[in-house]
Amino acid sequence: MTQQTYDDELDCSGMNCPLPVLKTKMKIDEMTKGAVLLVSTTDPGSCKDMPAWASRVGHKIVDSGEVDGRFLFYVQKGE
Amino acid sequence: MTDEPKKMAIIASQGSLDWAYPPFILASTAAAMGIETKVFFTFYGLPLLKPEIKAKVTPAANPAMPMKMPFGPKGFQSINWPIPHAVSGVMPGFDTVATSLMKKTFANKGVATITELRDMCLMLGVDLIACQMTMDVFGFEEKDFIEGISYAGAAAFLDFAVDADIQLFI
Repeated sequence: MTQQTYDDELDCSGMNCPLPVLKTKMKIDEMTKGAVLLVSTTDPGSCKDMPAWASRVGHKIVDSGEVDGRFLFYVQKGE
Repeated sequence: MTDEPKKMAIIASQGSLDWAYPPFILASTAAAMGIETKVFFTFYGLPLLKPEIKAKVTPAANPAMPMKMPFGPKGFQSINWPIPHAVSGVMPGFDTVATSLMKKTFANKGVATITELRDMCLMLGVDLIACQMTMDVFGFEEKDFIEGISYAGAAAFLDFAVDADIQLFI
């Protein structure tokens, strides 16, 4: 994972399924197209849930990875 | 992505705490994924639309339910207590204790409450439908339920479900 720039961030540490996806959806709805949201989670399930959600709704995960026990997702808002 | 949104139709027929989770988890997540979702609350699922959700777990009726403590050292928390059916089935207040332990476990694990998930469903545009027939049978009125829900019968729900991509009976 390379260092990415982002426009806003959302900490979903400690939250379990389906909260990280729901909180991310609500947060990204307030952002503009093309903006990048950095989401951090501790729920291992989110590693598959976040990409599944993003591809379904047209957002792009430009980078993701695990750092110090946290899962990071750089989500770029699509259409 | 296509222009026509995917659709999901769920029938929520159970009112215990454990059975209350799947409809609200799936409905809120589906809505977040752009899936048009309707949940039809019927029979024992109907009270999940009341302002205060009093759903409990019933260990006596669910022999596979893990009986674990949500506090103490990790080794203690991992013990699956062998509660005999003769105890869980007849001891007054057992369900209440088991329910509070499960709620504590859920909170410890970062799981949302049923009420939180229900609020998210409404925020995300899920159509929560109260079964009109069950209301008549069990004596509920519209004033007994939360705002923002709809009321319908079997035919109205099936008219949506017949074209849904996902149909679940819970």
